[in-house]
Amino acid sequence: MVRPHDFVESSMATYDRRADRLSVMDLGSWIGEGMTVRGTFAVAAWVFVVMGLAGATLAGKPAVDVPAFSIQKVADGDYAHFGQVAMTSAANAGDIANLGIVVGRDAVAVIDTGGSVAVGEALRAAVAKLTGKPVRYVINTHEHPDHIFGNAAFAGSGAIFVGHQNLPESMRAHGPFYLHSFRDVLGAAAIAKVRLIPPTLLVKDTMTLDLGDRRLLLTAWYPPAHTDCDLTVLDERTHTLFSGDLVFLDHIPVIDGSLKGWLDVLPRLAMLPAERVVPGHGRRVGAWPGALDDERRYLLAVEADARKYIALGTPMAQAVPLIGQSERGRWRLFDDYNPRNATAAFSELEWE
Amino acid sequence: MRMIERTAALMQRALIGRRFVLGGLPGALLLAPRARAGAPVDADPWPALVPQIFPNRVLEDGAKLLTIDAPYRAEDAAVVPVSLRTTLAADDPRHVRKITLVIDANPSPVAAVFTLAPQAGIDSISTRVRVDDYTNVHAVAELSDGKLYVATRYVKAAGGCSAPALKQTADAIPIGTLRFRELPAPDPAQREAQVMVRHPNYSGMQMDQLTRLYIPADFVEKLRVWQGDQLLLTVEGGISISENPAFRFSFKPTEAKTFRVEGGDSDGRHFSGSFPAQAAA
Repeated sequence: MVRPHDFVESSMATYDRRADRLSVMDLGSWIGEGMTVRGTFAVAAWVFVVMGLAGATLAGKPAVDVPAFSIQKVADGDYAHFGQVAMTSAANAGDIANLGIVVGRDAVAVIDTGGSVAVGEALRAAVAKLTGKPVRYVINTHEHPDHIFGNAAFAGSGAIFVGHQNLPESMRAHGPFYLHSFRDVLGAAAIAKVRLIPPTLLVKDTMTLDLGDRRLLLTAWYPPAHTDCDLTVLDERTHTLFSGDLVFLDHIPVIDGSLKGWLDVLPRLAMLPAERVVPGHGRRVGAWPGALDDERRYLLAVEADARKYIALGTPMAQAVPLIGQSERGRWRLFDDYNPRNATAAFSELEWE
Repeated sequence: MRMIERTAALMQRALIGRRFVLGGLPGALLLAPRARAGAPVDADPWPALVPQIFPNRVLEDGAKLLTIDAPYRAEDAAVVPVSLRTTLAADDPRHVRKITLVIDANPSPVAAVFTLAPQAGIDSISTRVRVDDYTNVHAVAELSDGKLYVATRYVKAAGGCSAPALKQTADAIPIGTLRFRELPAPDPAQREAQVMVRHPNYSGMQMDQLTRLYIPADFVEKLRVWQGDQLLLTVEGGISISENPAFRFSFKPTEAKTFRVEGGDSDGRHFSGSFPAQAAA
C-alpha cells in the first residue's frame, strides 16, 4: 500500500510553485529547468501549454460560458455533476463527462475536472458553494480531454493531482494531439486556457486517501481497458463508486485502450464493494454491479462480431459497418462511436 | 532529382532528432514532405506533387482501369482502409507493373509503391493508411507499356499522422512479427492473401514534450511476397501506412507449397517468414 503523504509533500511543493507562475512566456525556461530535475515525480511534473494559441485572437468568439452547472447529491457527502450525453462542442464547452465531489470531515476530493477550464471553474465554484473545506485532491480517472481539460481551474489551489501511474506518460504522449484536435471543436480561446497538468501522486495498484472520516479507495486498472490509465474511486463510507469511463450508461462505450483488456477488467471491477456507481458518461446513478450489464453486452457483441468477420476473411472496410449492429438503438451516440469501436476491435482482434 | 534532394535536406533540417536513412529514389520519394511554405492552405497540392513524384511523365485519366475505394468520411484517421482495383479490358495485352498510392495532404504524400510481378495476376490491393487532413487520394498505375494512369478519391479525415499509437493492447507481440493468411476470392481462378506486420510504423511526427524531440520515424520500408520461387508483390512503404501494416491482395494461385515474406524497416530490422500454401480448392 502506498502511503501518499510520505512523498507528496516534497514533490508537490515544488510542483505547485511552478504551475502557479507558468505562462506561455516562460514556458521555455520552465521546460529547461524541468529537464534538469531528476527523479520520478519531477519528471512527471511538466505542464503542457498550447504554444502560440495564447496569442490567438479572442475577438472572434466570446469565451463560452458553461450552461447551467448543477450538482446532485448521490449519497451522504457524495455529489455528482452529470455532463451532457453529447460530443464536445463550443456550445457545451466540453461539459460531457460526469464529475464527482466527495466531502470529508476535513477536506474535499474532486473526481475529474471536465472538458474545459470553464467547466473546471464551474466545478470549483460548486464545491465552494457546498462547503468551505479545501479541495485536497483532484483525481483524474484517465487521460481524455473531457475529464482533464478543466485541471487548470484547480492549479495553485493547493490541491494535489492524483492519477494512474501511466497517466503522466499518456498525457505526455497524447496531450498535444488532443489540444490540436480539440481546437476546432472547442474553439481557440477555450483551448488557450487549457493546461495539461499531470498527476504528481501516482497510483500503482491501490491507494487510500483520507479526507477525514472518509476513506477513498483508488484502484489503478490493468491491462489497458477504456484507456491505459483507468482509475476508479470508491468512497468506502457510502460505497459509492466513481468509475470514470470504465462504466458507461446509456452513452455508447468508447474503446480507446483494448477491447480484450476491458473485458478482462470487468469481472474484477464488479467485485468492488460498491452499492452504486456514478458512471463516466450517462446522466444517472447505476446500481452496482448491475450497471455493468449493458456495457458488457455491448463489448461482447463487438468482440463476437469482429471475430466472426475476421474468421470469414471479410476485409476491414466491409466488416466495420456490420460489427455491433445488434446494439443499435440501445445506445446514444451509437453512430458517432460504434464504427470507431469496430475499427479498433477489428485491428486488435485480427492479431489474436 | 534535385528537388527531391532539396526536400529531403529541408526535411532533415526541420525534423531534428530523426534518423532517416535516405536510400534510392523510391525511398526519398516516400519521405519527401509536401512543401507547405508559401502555398495557400487550401491550394490543391496535386499539381506540385506530380512533377516531384513522376518527373517528365504524362498522367492519363485512369478512371476506366483503376478504382480507389476508401470511406468518404474516415472513422479513424489513423486507420483508413484503402482498396485499389485494376480492370484491364480483356483484349488489353498490357499488365499493371506498378501502383503508386499518394495521399496528397499528408506530410509524406507517397504512402506506398506496389510493384506487381507480371505473372502474379494481382488485380486488387488493400491497405490502411493515416490521413492527416481532408485530402484527395491518388493512385497512379504504370502499365507494361510505360504509360501512367491516374485515379482519385476524396477522403475526409484529419490528424492521422500525428495521432499517437493509441491502441494499447493487452498482448505483447514483438515488432516484426509476420502474419500471412490466404483467403478465398470471389473468382475461383484467383485467391487473396493478407500480410500483416506487427510494427508501430512511427511517423516521426509525434513530439516528446519533455525532450522537445520528435520520436524518430521507424517504419516498414519494404516487403516482398513470394509464392514458391515466384515473386508476387513488392511493397515500398512510408510513414503514411498505419500502425501494424496490413496488405491484402489478389493473386493467381500456383502449385507452390509455400509463401515467403521478407521485409525490413527504416531502423535496419529484417523480418521474414515462410507459410504453407492453402490446399488447392
